[in-house]
Amino acid sequence: MKKEIPLLIVFVSGLFMAVQFFVPHASSEFIYEFVMEWSIIIGIFALALGIWSLVRVSVNKIRRRSENWPYAIVILAGLAAMMVFALAWGGLESYMFRSFFNYVMIPLHATMFSLLAFFIASAAFRAFRARTALATVLLISALVLMLRFNPYLGPLGGPEAGLAQWVLNVPNLAAKRAIIIGIGLGMVATSLKVILGIERTYMGSD
Amino acid sequence: MNFFERLSKLDRRWVYLILAGVVVITVLMKFSTPIRINPEVRAIYDFVESRKAGSYLHLAVDYDPGSQAEMHPMTYAIMEQALAKDIKIIMTALSPNGPGMAEQAMLNIMDSVRLHTGKEVVYGRDICFLGYKPYPGIVILSMGQNYRISFPSDYYNTPTDSLPMMQGIVNYSNVDGIVLITGTSGVDYWIAYANGRYNAPLAVGLTGVMAADYYPYLKSGQIFGLMGGMLGAAEYETLAGRPARAMEAMRVQVWAHMVIIIFILVGNIGFLASRRRGGAR
Amino acid sequence: MSWETFLWTTLSVALTLCTFSFLYRDNPFYKFSESLFVGVGAGYFTIILIYNGLVPTLIDRLWVGQPWWQIWGGRWWYIIPALLGVLMWFRFSKKKSWISRYPIAFYIGIATGVAIPLEMQNRVNRQLADTLLAPNFSAGFTAGISDIIIIIGVICSLFYFFFSVAHKGTFGGIAKIGIFILMVGFGASFGYTVMGRISLFIDRVQSIRDWVKMGSDGTGGMMAIVTIVSLAVVLLIILEIMRHLRNKAAEPTAQ
Repeated sequence: MKKEIPLLIVFVSGLFMAVQFFVPHASSEFIYEFVMEWSIIIGIFALALGIWSLVRVSVNKIRRRSENWPYAIVILAGLAAMMVFALAWGGLESYMFRSFFNYVMIPLHATMFSLLAFFIASAAFRAFRARTALATVLLISALVLMLRFNPYLGPLGGPEAGLAQWVLNVPNLAAKRAIIIGIGLGMVATSLKVILGIERTYMGSD
Repeated sequence: MNFFERLSKLDRRWVYLILAGVVVITVLMKFSTPIRINPEVRAIYDFVESRKAGSYLHLAVDYDPGSQAEMHPMTYAIMEQALAKDIKIIMTALSPNGPGMAEQAMLNIMDSVRLHTGKEVVYGRDICFLGYKPYPGIVILSMGQNYRISFPSDYYNTPTDSLPMMQGIVNYSNVDGIVLITGTSGVDYWIAYANGRYNAPLAVGLTGVMAADYYPYLKSGQIFGLMGGMLGAAEYETLAGRPARAMEAMRVQVWAHMVIIIFILVGNIGFLASRRRGGAR
Repeated sequence: MSWETFLWTTLSVALTLCTFSFLYRDNPFYKFSESLFVGVGAGYFTIILIYNGLVPTLIDRLWVGQPWWQIWGGRWWYIIPALLGVLMWFRFSKKKSWISRYPIAFYIGIATGVAIPLEMQNRVNRQLADTLLAPNFSAGFTAGISDIIIIIGVICSLFYFFFSVAHKGTFGGIAKIGIFILMVGFGASFGYTVMGRISLFIDRVQSIRDWVKMGSDGTGGMMAIVTIVSLAVVLLIILEIMRHLRNKAAEPTAQ
């Protein structure tokens, strides 16, 4: 029952959703909407798992005085602060909640991602080598795209920009289309394997 | 070791410093760069421009603060254009930190429109923000049936049915089109589910990292427009006649790109020089 | 512009600089900003889940004005998905984790069932249909040739991804053309990615510049704060460079 019932649930729900796409009847649409509503509610509880996991790991780190344990206090303090600001002081429109999002969350998140600009510069300098013909083709294609909005190379409506637009709309399109088709076929195959019970990794171990 | 070999072994922090220096200096300088408009961006602008007053646009703000540099200018430019034409905007945010970004954009634009045009944008009548729900695939599918399945109330917990602009708006067939501004892989769900199942006209604004991957959908007609990264945002600002942050950033991009290209060329010259030296021995 | 806004903006600039300090080397300022980011982000998301998720989809449906203990007055059947959601929490239990399989199976079934027709239609059928159209020379000779290149490019790239046959002979030749087309595509993505990444840094510099402008547009007091903070940052940089040079000079020279 620990494995059979979940497999049955996957099969029935998967088959229903696949067939429902082709059945516009009112009762099929009713069940479809019903399933959508339930899925969202279940999903909310599932996401709470992630938050609980973070709290558990941080508390354990503090308890065991692991390496960098003071920073676990910062994590819990940030979590608690946001919850207090909203729950105790006016919900989503709370001044402190909004201010912390605008002046703490946004700059931190944006700056973390902006570090990638430097890493890409370093990668360009140290690793981007035209060692083989394939790497050279990649390099030339990248240079064409990088120079397409450079006004110092000539008029912006000129040959370089036209070449860049052609690269995007022809060979790049062909490459990405092949990847998309491959992904689509892979997704359909994996979905079929899951529905038929051939693929069971989602169940975890006993 | 010759000069280029020594250069290729340079501490990466000098590379960081050079890039940072070029960006800081060009941000502080005052000069402008012309922007060429590409057809895929013009398509979105023309679509919004051709809507009549009172029509509806669904603006999906599905990005986090990490992508705000490229995405916020797109959101602002489209919202300003739509509100100037009295197009009603339904906003949703399906990324975890998206609600904050969407609310920030909405409140700033409402203030900006009031300040610059004197026009009062009323929440619930001209614009509404339905908020966030998890699992974008399911939410996108459910909105194609009825917005109220996923959003029985808006972001501020006001029942959706009590918002004046949502009277008679059931699903995607009641809006003129969807403009999705995103930095996540949720774009695949919008294309497959919103456009694929419900034939909703869809245009996308994507980060630079993702933009090149979606040209096949543009050609096949599954999306009717595409704004790619900061350049796309700058093109839209130029079309809208409202040069702002993206236009300012593009002039810095030109010089930063030249620095990166110099890094690539220097690195490759050093590589070729050391390969030739190794061959000569 | 108020003192309040300026102080909040000063906090955001300080956190930005703490994060940027990682570029020099890992340090307590960076670790603090990283931990704060994780904590505040988790707290923010929890609140959004409660106010935008739980309240409208469950609480407001179960209780439609009746007392809190009287669950049967509202749409009581919504308690069932809530209970299914709670079953997910058994994932962490060593002995009872099998209970979480039921709601997970429900989810997996829905996601895979939806994916089959829609992914087939949108990723495969429509993309293939657009590829296999006749080349359009009425739009111009270049347009027609481009269409032919797209057809050849897609087919050759698909050949490259077919690993069940050895890439030798004619098949290998076609796959080789495919990999060259793929490299052009990856190069285009890299070119776009460079712009994307640098945009993020430019935005941060613009924000810091706006903060400095904010300080200089205001009262003399604000200007003083901006000047002091800027001098402090420059001083720290100089001290660090001096420490680095001192350490380098103190290293024993190689034989």
